[in-house]
Amino acid sequence: MPMMKRLTLAALGAIALLQGSPSQAQQATEIRLTYSKGQFQPSQVSAPADKPIAFRIKNLDAKAMEFESSSLRVEKVVAAGSEGVVNVRALKPGRYEFYDDFNEKARGALTVE
Amino acid sequence: MLAALIIVFREVFEAGLIIGIVLAVTGSVPHRNRWIGGGVLVGALAACLVAAFTGALSQLFAGMGQELFNAAILAVAVTMLTWHNVWMAHHGREMAGEMRAVGQAVAEGSKSLLALAVVVGVAVLREGSEVALFLYGVAASDGGSGLSFAIGGFIGLVLGAGVCLLTYFGLMRIPPRALFATTTTLITLLAAGMAAQAVVFLERANWLNSLDTVVWDSGWLISETSLAGRTLHTLIGYTDQPTEMQLLVYAAVVLATFMLMRLTGSHPADRAVAAG
Repeated sequence: MPMMKRLTLAALGAIALLQGSPSQAQQATEIRLTYSKGQFQPSQVSAPADKPIAFRIKNLDAKAMEFESSSLRVEKVVAAGSEGVVNVRALKPGRYEFYDDFNEKARGALTVE
Repeated sequence: MLAALIIVFREVFEAGLIIGIVLAVTGSVPHRNRWIGGGVLVGALAACLVAAFTGALSQLFAGMGQELFNAAILAVAVTMLTWHNVWMAHHGREMAGEMRAVGQAVAEGSKSLLALAVVVGVAVLREGSEVALFLYGVAASDGGSGLSFAIGGFIGLVLGAGVCLLTYFGLMRIPPRALFATTTTLITLLAAGMAAQAVVFLERANWLNSLDTVVWDSGWLISETSLAGRTLHTLIGYTDQPTEMQLLVYAAVVLATFMLMRLTGSHPADRAVAAG
């Protein structure tokens, strides 16, 4: 029987672990960007440290763009005339560059402080 | 033109590596070209379809449709690769022997080929949809420079095919006896890397929040965006900032493959059941 008990405890522990901390997912800082004529608007944005971030990118151009950043570890295709959401984990203070992978002239940076 | 070349090559590169490995794995299996070619074709068609509906796909699951779709197709590829390894551990010996010519072995071989064709299809689909979107965007916006972009894209595609052939002929230089062990290891790590990549997509979609602490940052040594980083990323799932969950899933896939291969490989008596 102690075996059974231990297994139940382990299962409960695993479930608790998988739930994660819900507060973390909810309290994201939202950053709205528009993309038009091959440029991010605004191209310089900032956010507080240690809080998750959600980028909302509205692509107003007639062609798809790919929001990408190696330091933020994200890449996401945003189709022409649509909006994409990119979730980023809580970050340490610093400067994080992002760009359009389909158009290297479109660049911007996120400052976390 | 150069921009198109670079973008297309970068996307095709990963698919090229994977197809090269699959070609080497299936080196002696009859009709393999038909299956792999079919995988490439279906993958390319699916890529165009996905590209056409990217906007709609994105809107699913509260804007996380792309991420979840990627995680799902990666999971399919991981399953197929693992299944192939386990299947080979089970039947590999008889296939390598005199029974290869027997009709049944051919029929059995096609089962494993289907799994690998799916893997190829998934690889082409993942990379191809971005290429299709990019090239479509270029073609739609400026007709004038369209031709030079098309040429750039085509050269990128040819270079990608070159990567595929290089991988294939590189692997074929390995003596047949060692080839099986090599490809088994390669496919196991390929599957583990894809599983870890699926974790990234689930983390991005906020579907997986636990154990998301980055364990190390080896970006200073090999950046994931460099050519070496990209190659290692595809082959063994290298990432310069893995999270705990990624490492856990990676280890789990390697361990599961190893255990399943031991379990099925050591009981040749079960063969009759599986074959029947």
